[in-house]
Amino acid sequence: MQNTKTQDTLVGLFVACGIAALFFMAMQISNLSAFSSNTTYTISANFENSGGLKVKSPVTLAGVRVGRVSNIFIDRDSYESVVEMSIESQYNNLPDDTSASIYTAGLLGEQYISLEPGGSEEFLATNSKIDLTQSAIVLEEVIGQFLFKDAAEE
Amino acid sequence: MTQFFQKLGNTTLSSFAKLGRSSFFLLQTLSAISSVLIRPRLLNNQLYSVGVLSFLIITISGLFVGMVLGLQGFYILSDFGAEETLGVMVAASLVRELGPVVSALLFAGRAGSALTAEIGLMKATEQLSGMEMMAIDPIKRIIAPRFLAGLLAMPLLAALFSSIGVLGGHIVGVGMLGVDEGAYWSQMQSTLDFQDDIINGVIKSIVFGFVISWIALFEGYDAIPTSEGVSRATTRTVVNSAFTILGLDFILTALMFGDI
Repeated sequence: MQNTKTQDTLVGLFVACGIAALFFMAMQISNLSAFSSNTTYTISANFENSGGLKVKSPVTLAGVRVGRVSNIFIDRDSYESVVEMSIESQYNNLPDDTSASIYTAGLLGEQYISLEPGGSEEFLATNSKIDLTQSAIVLEEVIGQFLFKDAAEE
Repeated sequence: MTQFFQKLGNTTLSSFAKLGRSSFFLLQTLSAISSVLIRPRLLNNQLYSVGVLSFLIITISGLFVGMVLGLQGFYILSDFGAEETLGVMVAASLVRELGPVVSALLFAGRAGSALTAEIGLMKATEQLSGMEMMAIDPIKRIIAPRFLAGLLAMPLLAALFSSIGVLGGHIVGVGMLGVDEGAYWSQMQSTLDFQDDIINGVIKSIVFGFVISWIALFEGYDAIPTSEGVSRATTRTVVNSAFTILGLDFILTALMFGDI
């Protein structure tokens, strides 16, 4: 049997290592550190086609992530896709003529919403709606247009 | 023909009896846990033998599993020009599946078998009966501290396994194969979710710790008190733990990540 003190120290070290590993997983491996301030406000935008956008897809402003998509559903009247976004409350100075576009990160990457601020003096508030939107680019449509254009010229 | 039915009936009844005994044993153990908290020294000794002594095998295995994941992942991902997602692949597979499962299998082999053999020998040498003669409840004194230690040590060991594995993938991917370091970490952080991935992985490891401790202690406590009985009980611990871990892992994954 080992000395009690040595054993205590080893157990203490083991527990400390384990907790350090849990912290490492939380802070370094997952996104916990990126979202320390969790207060958000919700805005929404209608898109003709929201493409491969998913709940939790990033919302960026000038390339910096400012929030996430929180909900996607169909507007029963207009048959458009309504995308709700949770924006971190520290970015509460978005002009109300901000436009939203759906882009793809890289050729095959995930889709995200990019916000482009306008020039208005009024700011977007909770539950307000973005009017200027640009739908996701569907690759097949673009290729189709390209092909038909070629065919029309001939 | 009669013999066959007799045998079948006998097997059914004895397996139900065992299930009943093990459930009763679990209830007794759980109700005895409060008495461990009054005597932390007992828990400390068990944390040493269950946790500290498993530390080395867990960290070394974690390192190599992470390194292999980094190497294999790199070869496949580089075919698609997607080496940057190596971090995501390594971390997601470790945190979600390999960390809890492989460390649980190692834990069952390293600590579970030792627990069964220890308790089984205590029973074979009549130490447990001796304690009862002295009005010391062996469940409180022997079983409950070991159970609690297994329950506490398992999530810590799984977290160590995953963290070391991610670092191992970093050593191979970034250090040796030239994946961009920023991409390795940032893609990982942007893809893995704290609640969906990390917390679910920890829940898995807690469940595994619970099940392994239960199986190991019950098999020891229920062993036939001969040297052969103890050796069989030890084997059963490792085999049954492995089956249970893998089966439960599928069920837990389906509940947590799937839409089944």
